[in-house]
Amino acid sequence: MINLKINGLNVSVDKGTTLLEAAQSIGFPIPTLCHKEGLTPYGACRLCVMEIGEGDRAKLVTSCTYPAEEGLKVRTASRRVLRARRMIIELLLASSPQSKTIQDIAAAHNVKQQRFRQEYEDCILCGLCVRMCKEQMMAGAIGFRGRGQDRSIGTPFDIKSEVCRLCGGCLYVCPVCSLRCTYNQPDKAICGACANLSPPCVEKEPFDDMMCYMEPCVACEIK
Amino acid sequence: MNPTDIQDIVEKSKQTRGGLIGMLQDIQARYSYLPEEALSYISEHTNRSLVDIYGVATFYKSFSLTPRGKHLCSVCLGTACHVRGAPMIAEEFERQLGIKAGQTTKDKEFTLETVNCLGACALGPIVVVDGQYFSNVKTSKVKQILSETREGLDKVEVKTDERIFPVTVSCARCNHSLMDTGYLIDDNPSIRVTVSFERKHGWLRLSSLYGSYSVEAEYEIPLNEVLDFFCPHCHSELSGASECAECGAPMVPMIVRGGGIVQICSRRGCKGHLLNLGGANI
Repeated sequence: MINLKINGLNVSVDKGTTLLEAAQSIGFPIPTLCHKEGLTPYGACRLCVMEIGEGDRAKLVTSCTYPAEEGLKVRTASRRVLRARRMIIELLLASSPQSKTIQDIAAAHNVKQQRFRQEYEDCILCGLCVRMCKEQMMAGAIGFRGRGQDRSIGTPFDIKSEVCRLCGGCLYVCPVCSLRCTYNQPDKAICGACANLSPPCVEKEPFDDMMCYMEPCVACEIK
Repeated sequence: MNPTDIQDIVEKSKQTRGGLIGMLQDIQARYSYLPEEALSYISEHTNRSLVDIYGVATFYKSFSLTPRGKHLCSVCLGTACHVRGAPMIAEEFERQLGIKAGQTTKDKEFTLETVNCLGACALGPIVVVDGQYFSNVKTSKVKQILSETREGLDKVEVKTDERIFPVTVSCARCNHSLMDTGYLIDDNPSIRVTVSFERKHGWLRLSSLYGSYSVEAEYEIPLNEVLDFFCPHCHSELSGASECAECGAPMVPMIVRGGGIVQICSRRGCKGHLLNLGGANI
């Protein structure tokens, strides 16, 4: 067992536990975006930042990738952490304001405005779909391509992948996916992908063929 | 594309290094780009997923997924070249060829790319065409470079000179003289550089007589060892973009006083070298 202090509380966790798991296990709410149980930690969204160490040596780390260490002093909501987290939320809002997941996180942290140039990206490169495809669906149909500002997610050569089984797992985990948000354009919506779930909105014209992984289903919420 | 070639490359890498990047480099060297079939072949035969291979191939700038032209023009946009007007040179190339940087002309003759440093900053702006260095390039020279390339650089290239004459050279990066007047080889001041190999790091003195292969070194250097060359003044690595035509090892560029570049092969015992006075006569 490893003993550490989180926000002044003594915590004992097994070796190999991450700071995020340790903090959540004793009930501290930590916002996450690119973290999902069953998928390897990735540390892309940086929302789960925590401050470790003391004095001049204190530093911010992503708790989802940082393993618990003996005697570590962790602060999950210090002023520095909250400042960094609000900045990250602003940056996320600047790139993908249409995402309901990001909007919810922003609302929970009382971020009402962001100060950067507004963009409307379909992807925040959190890598959830890539890990889902590879680790849970055992397919490896999509992956990262290019680098820097040209980085994108997709299939090799942009053609339909032979290993893709159209399972829809990538859509299910995506926190931003604009595809799910095209519900007001029935012809463009893709939601046939989730036909393997019970259809909550079959009778709602013209979305009869479409179902959605969104909870609650966006299509059902349209009056 | 020839499937057996790719098969050979994959088999070879299985026996030796086994690295994905090594395989991709070999394929790129063979075809000057990475054909889609080659990537699928690697994926099938090395138990890697295609998407990972594709990710690596698109991540590194030295890999190309589209066919390259016969001649590769690299325009240096490093800091030193940049302040001497390299962006204008790059624009002139784009205008002359009718393509943007990173593209290939329709007739598959030229591929234009911009690079961030070629390690010969003292000679900037630098343009390298098919391993041939052009120094102090001006926009007015671009047309000439292209037409010489079309004719074939071999024809305009200074022929390997068998006569023996001394040269005075300096570091391509910092322009400090590499001549050591206190240490004579062949009765002429020697060229002093620092070399490293097998964790050994010491001086190497070369004969300044062009055509003479006399060298003296602090450590005994085994034959066929490829050395890393460093400038004794600025300690930067003396490395260029081209490879030895005889053995494939990297060539080491040095500036010749009076203009031009001499390149020597970094492999001990290899006699590959290239003297290029005045930037190929332009």
